[in-house]
Amino acid sequence: MRKSLLALATGLLLAGSVSAASAADKLKVGFIYLGPIGDLGWTYQHDQGRLALEKELGDKIEVTYLEKVPEGPDAERAIEQLVRAGNKLIFTTSFGYMDPTLKVAKKYPNVHFEHATGYKRNANMSTYSSKWYQGRYIQGLIAAKMSKSGVLGYIGSFPIPEVVSGINATILAAQTINPNIKVKIIWANTWFDPPKEADAAKALIDQGADVIMQHTDSPAAMQIASERGKLAFGQDSEMIKFGPKTQLTSILDTWGPYYIARVKAELDGTWKSEDTWGGLDSHMFAMAPYTNMPDDVKKIAEDAQAAITAGKLHPFKCPVIGQDGKEIECKGGANLDDGQILGMNFYVKGIDDKLPGK
Amino acid sequence: MQLVLEKRTERSNTIALVSPLVAIGLTIVTMTILFAVLGKNPLLALHAYFIAPLTDSYSLQEIAVKATPLVMIAIGLALCYIANAWNIGAEGQFLIGAVAGSWIAVKTQGTDAGVWVLPAMLVLAAAAGALYALIPAICRVRFGASEILTSLMLVYVADLFLDYLVRGPWRDPNGFNFPTTAEFDSVATVPLLIEGGRLHLGSIIALLVVAAAAILLGRTIKGFEIRVVGAAPRAARFGGFNANQLIILTFAVSGALAGLAGIIEVAGPVGHLQPGISPGYGFTAIIVAFLGRLNPLGIFIAGLFLALTFIGGEQAQIAMKIPLDVTKVFQGILLFYVLACDSFILYRFKLVFPNRQVARGTG
Repeated sequence: MRKSLLALATGLLLAGSVSAASAADKLKVGFIYLGPIGDLGWTYQHDQGRLALEKELGDKIEVTYLEKVPEGPDAERAIEQLVRAGNKLIFTTSFGYMDPTLKVAKKYPNVHFEHATGYKRNANMSTYSSKWYQGRYIQGLIAAKMSKSGVLGYIGSFPIPEVVSGINATILAAQTINPNIKVKIIWANTWFDPPKEADAAKALIDQGADVIMQHTDSPAAMQIASERGKLAFGQDSEMIKFGPKTQLTSILDTWGPYYIARVKAELDGTWKSEDTWGGLDSHMFAMAPYTNMPDDVKKIAEDAQAAITAGKLHPFKCPVIGQDGKEIECKGGANLDDGQILGMNFYVKGIDDKLPGK
Repeated sequence: MQLVLEKRTERSNTIALVSPLVAIGLTIVTMTILFAVLGKNPLLALHAYFIAPLTDSYSLQEIAVKATPLVMIAIGLALCYIANAWNIGAEGQFLIGAVAGSWIAVKTQGTDAGVWVLPAMLVLAAAAGALYALIPAICRVRFGASEILTSLMLVYVADLFLDYLVRGPWRDPNGFNFPTTAEFDSVATVPLLIEGGRLHLGSIIALLVVAAAAILLGRTIKGFEIRVVGAAPRAARFGGFNANQLIILTFAVSGALAGLAGIIEVAGPVGHLQPGISPGYGFTAIIVAFLGRLNPLGIFIAGLFLALTFIGGEQAQIAMKIPLDVTKVFQGILLFYVLACDSFILYRFKLVFPNRQVARGTG
């Protein structure tokens, strides 16, 4: 009896070590998410990217994610926990994870990190982001065409360059259609807070806006616009089911191809620290189908999309005139350079509002 | 036949001792069932929650780091609650302390200011937290305004004030407009206790606070006053104790401790001021205070235990792919059982037979 128990125990131990060995063969990849995976916006799209990654390389990798990790003191611990659990490539998918990611990256030089939307890098820490302003430009064209009141409503999250450049690109595009276009901006000071986003949408509509655009993550504004019979753009993900007669298009974050490419590089041993800032041409994001608009507007949008993808149209083509009427220095030759867009801290002429903190 | 909850004539010391163990036992049973339903091995899951974090120095450090602000704030809150003063706004006092201390760090940035910076930050943070807590205390004493509401509402004021500062005047000029101050200089940073780890001096300060509170409550006249005012206000009045003065005092102390915890968190694990420096420490500390039965040593243990469930919850998410929501459910169930079991310290079940009662009533 004792012998058989011993044999059983040995067998269990062996089985344990065998399964541990096969698990060790797989590359461990970790993700840190800001929101719940069911937020239907930002985190949802990252998670869709993860699912695409698992589908493509599932037999070679083991993926772990931590969701709803706050961008405070807990983030560093969460990232380090993933490192200690043996993850060799870790994606931290929100701007606020920048400093914690860098701290952990410096501590573990043999682990590779990928931080979304930040600007600090290290030998083992890449950054990746998308040129969403390209999509915003297309939305600006559509909005100006579709608006009857000539007033657009814009729900901002935080007045950071990514959001500011989105607002500017929208207005620059809209002005090519209607030079007198107006935009009302409300800062929600959150990325994800459906009731607050809904309130912002209501307030904008009450101020005369008939096309709602947003840089927050939930479909709440889409639902309000739909209830009030206005038009709106989705954000991050496909939101047409929240406004079948409302959504004009949506900027879709398509992280899957990037995640697959980076994990493949890691598997091949060719991973390098890089700064990836991809646009429509590199499929870092896509536009949802152009819906609820006449064919001529659709044509304008499609043409603009093709021109931007081909590099023939740049949303920040010089001259760009600032709010004070002065021309912005043109560092990129024919258009503003990437650094100016990445650090954009001004409104263009025609925005009748003040940038917070200016 | 009817089951009623009846107040005991005196508190049951046996149950007071047994209750936490029963609560943990019931939690384990419930979670075992839940894990089994989810198709996870309950033994491995419970191991990931409770045992694994205690087996390596890294996790132990993390537990201490997480528990530090919780324990410090909860000690202050316990003093208030014992004295029947309801400070719900520790979160705001935490933030204001963080802001006040950061002011020195931001203003001395890059000036080679010297070693006085960190002590000055700690003192200023404690003072600011205390002053901020005095607002609801004075409103209560002078105007009879509910300190529960005023202290709670001041949380949002503090939150927005911090938000304004890091988006406006204190924003890192090289930070691409992102809402954060620059990283603090090393003289403005709480020193680490272990090279390469995250354990910092704040944990030692928290231990000192626990000891000081234990002495205050157990061995001093002031501590006695606080307890009497809370437990028997009438007796306290006859004894000549000034309840209003104690409200002011306990609020100030608890505000100071929350403010201190705030700057330690910012100048320690975070390293700069930004929105979201507190994942609700000021509110979680209320749970810690009650879980520890408003007793300093109990709070110390409760703080560590709650930190363990956070760290363990994360490790369970990683090791077992258990969703975050299950961790939340786990914490909720645990608190539920602890509070439920604790109610038997003061109450007991009694079977009531209506017939017999009627008979007694008429006879």
